[in-house]
Amino acid sequence: MREKARRRPRERNRGLTGKTALLAAAVAVQLALAPAAGQPQAPAASTPAAQAGAVQKIAIVLARELRDRPPPLSLLDFPPQDDGVAGARLAINDNNTTGRFLKQEFALDVVESASASDLIAEVSKRIDAGAGFVVADMSPAALLQLSDALKARDALILNAGSADDRLREADCRANVLHTAPSRAMLADGLAQYLVWKQWRRWLLVRGTGRDDEAFADALRRAAKRFGGKIVEERTFRVETGSRRSDGGHEQVQLQIPAFTQNAPAYDVLLVADEEEQFGDYFPYRTWDARPVAGTQGLAPMSWHPALEQWGATQFQNRFRRLANRPMRPLDYDVWVAVRSVGEAATRTKSAEPRALIPYMRSGEFDLAAFKGRKLSYRSWDGQLRQPILVGTAKLPVTVSPQPGFLHQFSELDTLGVDKPESGCKAYAP
Amino acid sequence: MGKRLGGVAIGLALAAWVVLAVPAGAYTVYVTNEKDNTVTVLDSEKMEVVKTVKVGQRPRGVTLTKDNKWLLICASDDNHVQVFDARTMEYVKALPSGPDPELFILHPSGNPLYIANEDDNLVTVVDIQTGKVLAEIPVGVEPEGLGLSPDGKLLVNTSETTNMAHFIDTATNTTIDNVLVDSRPRVAEFRADGGQVWVSAEIGGTVTVIDPRTRKTLGKVEFQIPGVNQDAVQPVGVRITKDGKRAFVALGPANRVAVVDTATFKVERYLLVGQRVWQLAFTPDEKLLFTTNGTSNDVSVIDVQRLRVVRSIKVGRYPWGVVVAPF
Repeated sequence: MREKARRRPRERNRGLTGKTALLAAAVAVQLALAPAAGQPQAPAASTPAAQAGAVQKIAIVLARELRDRPPPLSLLDFPPQDDGVAGARLAINDNNTTGRFLKQEFALDVVESASASDLIAEVSKRIDAGAGFVVADMSPAALLQLSDALKARDALILNAGSADDRLREADCRANVLHTAPSRAMLADGLAQYLVWKQWRRWLLVRGTGRDDEAFADALRRAAKRFGGKIVEERTFRVETGSRRSDGGHEQVQLQIPAFTQNAPAYDVLLVADEEEQFGDYFPYRTWDARPVAGTQGLAPMSWHPALEQWGATQFQNRFRRLANRPMRPLDYDVWVAVRSVGEAATRTKSAEPRALIPYMRSGEFDLAAFKGRKLSYRSWDGQLRQPILVGTAKLPVTVSPQPGFLHQFSELDTLGVDKPESGCKAYAP
Repeated sequence: MGKRLGGVAIGLALAAWVVLAVPAGAYTVYVTNEKDNTVTVLDSEKMEVVKTVKVGQRPRGVTLTKDNKWLLICASDDNHVQVFDARTMEYVKALPSGPDPELFILHPSGNPLYIANEDDNLVTVVDIQTGKVLAEIPVGVEPEGLGLSPDGKLLVNTSETTNMAHFIDTATNTTIDNVLVDSRPRVAEFRADGGQVWVSAEIGGTVTVIDPRTRKTLGKVEFQIPGVNQDAVQPVGVRITKDGKRAFVALGPANRVAVVDTATFKVERYLLVGQRVWQLAFTPDEKLLFTTNGTSNDVSVIDVQRLRVVRSIKVGRYPWGVVVAPF
């Protein structure tokens, strides 16, 4: 029944196969209870408040922009092909199990493409057909295009794939909620723990990519907020072919100590390496014996595949049975997005985006999501309010907010951009 | 000599009073330790550990058969229910349970057993004598809490991710109604007269009291504890005294048991116990209430009349369920 530590077959890099144009064909995950299994998608979201007996149908689109990513350093870190999709399938199952008691039926439609414009065209077709919710695993630029395309529609986008702070700040949009934690939340979650640990002096090593710089920014901001000190910053340049094969370790073993030599006194080395090109070379190789944290080493995340608290064990089991692999942060962020729609439908007893969307944004909404607290969406930028897990690749180490970081309304709002500092105008009343 | 010192008399009186306050015949208390795969057996009078017994993997829900012969344990990671001789703690047999049994309840007649299968969205009905599965009742996501009306006709199951209390007719084993409650309902408990069923919502932070006949909500218990963050108020275990007047509600990481008036739904008092308190069990005379404190690895003993926590007893790791035998 229960697979203990079953080795999963190695997954292929999505980037290698992702060039294919449109694989839009619906993955209609009409589950067990759905009597309509196999029937074509029914755009029933436009029917008025269902009279007793009628089944309410809620269509959710998962839009995946297939992006080329360089291969990660470790063979263990290749993303599975269904990264995120499996989370959506689990959430649709969960929604439907609940839905059968309320005569609500949820259907998932997965649309994927490497071209943003094709993707947006396909999503728009589904909105035309009555879908009201789009869970997006897209780049910030593509997400903004999608948001503009759906501006005048009764549709909500749930961003599960991008941590970019601009999407919550200057580029925030009224029709977008964010289940993925922002970089600011991730950096704050990590920084609170380091400060709680009294490891306040940080040596920051950043890559040269734009995302690396964005994460470095979030770390600088966190240092200022919580009393950390970045004693020095260094830039690590990755030469091509850095995934070492023959003779690799000899070189790395010499390169990293030299790179970290002559640093001012510090407690922790922080890496900002979002593309996973060098960060994992640092643990156990620094000149001084120091722990490594940041995008690698001790890392902040929305979900950890080994979390067992707060009923997470059964959730992890359920996911593993469905997907034959551990649950990753993207799966979780997508699950939360799809479940948020389900929860709103349950509570409002409606399938209408016009009823569900305001409810999700309201103070009444809350979601139980295996993190020991209720999750909700911030009123000032649409960001999901949630604890941040901080852990190694193998185990969670802690959960932020940390004790002692107080807030007048919710301690969860010590993570990320708080109401008074928000630069989001689209949400301003 | 009796004349000599008033102090002695006072001392004796005090001793007598203490004895009166916590008299109790000796009962046997069984605590499942989720992380240790053991059951700790306690003496309720001495408030001491008698022995620790190895059981199946991830033991959680625990109950006694109506004749008190057998102790039943949900061995969640073994996917069955284990039966032990309650007096000797010798292993008797395993009962089928469906996957990942978490909590269960016995019909007042002594049979069958209703089991919540957390991984499978089912309540499984099992004959404990023959070991046969009598029915599987589809419910919401992550079923956990089970409550039975005193006449055994109505079963209430809570599903943690669906956020409902499912009302099930035990004659037909079908759901007759589903009542939405606050987030993550964990436990359903009937008042002895059958007039109320209490459903705790762990993440919602409330207890909803429902009229089992009309399925209308009679009221909602809310908890505000000075100095405790509202997010830490996570109600799980509920026990109601036989006279129906008082409910005790375990509040999880708030580390308190709330004492609630069942007429007004107002909290009378908060009792500080160990950390992450989940399940509760009275002694048969209702003089003591035992609480399982998951993260401090102990049980607290509450004097029910005086509303005082009188003792904490170290047990295994992650104590989960608790039941008390009348011997």
